Amino acid sequence: MPTVVIETVKCFHCGEESEEPIYLNDKAFCCDGCKTVFEILNSNDLCEYYRIEGYSGTSLRNVQRGSFAYLDAADVRSKVLSFESDNLSRATFHVPSIHCVSCIWLLENLRKLNAGILKGEVVFGRRTVTMDFDPSKVTLAQIADLLSSLGYAPVISIESSEKKTQKPASDRTLLYRLAIAGFCFGNIMLFSFPEYLGIDEHDKILKPVFPWLNLALSIPVFFYSASIYFTAALATFRQKQINIDVPIAVGLLALFARSSYDIITGFGPGYLDSFAGLVFFLLIGRWFQSKTYEGLAFDRDFKSYFPLAVSRLSGEQWTPVIIYDLRKGDVIRLRNMEIVPADSILREAEAYFDYSFVTGEARPVKVKVGGRVFAGGRLIGKPADLIIEKETSQSQLTSLWNNEAFRKTNESSYQKLIDRVARRFTWIVIVLAIATAIYWYFYSPSEMWLVLTSVLIVACPCALALAAPFTYGSMQRVFGRNSFYLKNADVIERLASIDSVVFDKTGTVTYGKLPVVEFSGKMTEGELLDVKMLTNCSTHPLSGIVSRSIVGQPESTISDFKEIPGKGIQATINGSQVKVGSAQFLGFFQVDLDNSYVFVGINNEVRGYFKIRTNTRPHLKTMLARLGSKCVALVSGDNCSDKSAMKALFGPAILLRFDQSPHDKLEFVMDLQLSGKKVMMVGDGLNDSGALQQSDVGVAVSDDSGVFSPACDGILDGKRLGQLDKFLSLARYSSVILKVAFGISFFYNAITLSLAASGHLTPLLAAILMPISSISVVGFSSFAVNWVAGRVIDNQIN
Amino acid sequence: MAIIIILISISLLIAIGFLVSFIWNLRSGQYDDTYSPSVRMLFEDKPKKKVTKDSKK
Repeated sequence: MPTVVIETVKCFHCGEESEEPIYLNDKAFCCDGCKTVFEILNSNDLCEYYRIEGYSGTSLRNVQRGSFAYLDAADVRSKVLSFESDNLSRATFHVPSIHCVSCIWLLENLRKLNAGILKGEVVFGRRTVTMDFDPSKVTLAQIADLLSSLGYAPVISIESSEKKTQKPASDRTLLYRLAIAGFCFGNIMLFSFPEYLGIDEHDKILKPVFPWLNLALSIPVFFYSASIYFTAALATFRQKQINIDVPIAVGLLALFARSSYDIITGFGPGYLDSFAGLVFFLLIGRWFQSKTYEGLAFDRDFKSYFPLAVSRLSGEQWTPVIIYDLRKGDVIRLRNMEIVPADSILREAEAYFDYSFVTGEARPVKVKVGGRVFAGGRLIGKPADLIIEKETSQSQLTSLWNNEAFRKTNESSYQKLIDRVARRFTWIVIVLAIATAIYWYFYSPSEMWLVLTSVLIVACPCALALAAPFTYGSMQRVFGRNSFYLKNADVIERLASIDSVVFDKTGTVTYGKLPVVEFSGKMTEGELLDVKMLTNCSTHPLSGIVSRSIVGQPESTISDFKEIPGKGIQATINGSQVKVGSAQFLGFFQVDLDNSYVFVGINNEVRGYFKIRTNTRPHLKTMLARLGSKCVALVSGDNCSDKSAMKALFGPAILLRFDQSPHDKLEFVMDLQLSGKKVMMVGDGLNDSGALQQSDVGVAVSDDSGVFSPACDGILDGKRLGQLDKFLSLARYSSVILKVAFGISFFYNAITLSLAASGHLTPLLAAILMPISSISVVGFSSFAVNWVAGRVIDNQIN
Repeated sequence: MAIIIILISISLLIAIGFLVSFIWNLRSGQYDDTYSPSVRMLFEDKPKKKVTKDSKK
């Protein structure tokens, strides 16, 4: 029996499966874009690209290439270039699609494709490529075009040109401090051994050498490595507050002063090994916590979405101009897929604009001559000329960033758990120190200072300070392994307190932009085109969806068009009467059908129906069920055509709001917060930016971590949205783990404090107890986090 | 026993040498990208003759 199997073939370039491959020789490609890239590479002897890592290309199937011509304008070029001379220029491009070894290889071998390119160097972690090129042979725009033609479209925005290479310098100072502290710690420990093991009396020359060496070694630790704690403590002290840095700074100061005194007076060897060790461990904690995802950006605003420059009419010519130099009345020209940089008016001919990124509304909007076009929209189709009405920073969308939500940072308003604990801890230590000082003053005044400094030394909450970085830092890494990338480790603490979750619809709950349309029934191709024609005439959202799902160009004539609100549309096309609408409209009744079915009738005969399914992400329903009452609302910028589907998904108790502007979303979140809720916003687009910023934790959902995501606290891979509740409960577990870790460190502090207060703390005891307490806290939190994560996340997958 | 002092100073000098070289490396940006260089060293430029063979693959 013959069977037909539709084979899917993997694209030779990108590896994406395709049912209708395009063949070149014996190789299959999913689209012309992929094929073109292969041809370019093949003709330039660059097929090594495919050998390093198979299917290494980026799919070009859904990519619309923009134009980079504006890059050649002098003032734009100078913003992008980091070095410029007659025969050598250097530019760094951010290329989000860099993802494998082959990418590195190709981008570094571009000189074989274009003789003007001298050198390329990829920094994988940051997803950037730095190009050295000869400006007399190749222009910046040509390079950008070349990159984008290969599927490595660079992201050029004002933001990326503004900050250039500022980032690494500040990150490195911590490593310098760490290196020096580690070096001194190791050597001090080594030089302390003779003292602990006991130096014989006849080594008199040697005996003072070691403590003095230690003192010399500890000076850079005190004045350089540990200085961050002193400055931080001083800063909080000035604000009349106490955080964890204060007791640390006091402890370190006491340690160093007491040890120096001991060594200088020849009283004893001091506690310098404990001191250097403490600083070293504390800095490791800082370093561990400072893990960031360099390839991801958490602070993008509209600037990185907007183009750097557009073509403006000056006199008779179109010249590229930076969008901030646009003034009211300027005439600009946009090409297909370019973004409107500022609110403006359409000058001639009508055009379609896709506002999906701004409003969440999936349908492109038709604008007539003289109609208003808002910043952030994307031109679809033929080039169009616009007259600027407002400057970029004053436009409707961009004014969102003038909201005060963008001025304050979440971090400053949030009182961290560690600081609450530290404040209590500090008061206890102060009371204890005074009590022991008073006791020893009467009991044995000569030893008072020694005992007092011992108390302050052991009170230094090193283990306490390490607990949070290692608990949250490990959890952040666990999240990262599960494709939830947090801006910093502190976000976990805020995540733990979340009690309300607000979702955006388009792109967050649903996939991409368009719903899935399936047709069941019998119709010829010509009849389908008639339906397209008919639905084209209607402005009902479902009509648009049906119309777009039919491929082809209708050529028939239409007459007697009638739209019956809430029911359907009908018209006479080519002599036959075509009806499209609800089941009732077509003359038959059926229960359990909502408006996601569109029926078609031709000449009073029902021919079939379109089933319109919103393409929601998988596992959402179970996730929402587990979230339970924590899920509060769905706020969408889209119209309410999906209401019934969303109601079915979210259940009756959840508030569904449609047609929400970006400002509305922000206010919605703010209202929730005013009623005492801790709100988590889950969104994806620019239109959610305000809400993401205002919320306690803003999570951007992204299907490709390389592409734009608005400023947020975390970027969640769309595939993992079904596990959102698991991440929330993991965050809560982290708080529990942290509290246990606090308990452990208090236990050690109690032991050492009792030793110190009774005057029994020797340098050797301190040198043993301090690392043990730190290591056990670090060990416990790292182990517990990974154990809990393993259990929670595994349960989910099964 | 004074020899120990000399030995210690030599060892400390060597250790400081390593510390300085580490900081130098850090400063020159060697640790900024820990991935690309590790694969870059495995790339090779092949002689032109093999062109036809490769493109067939």
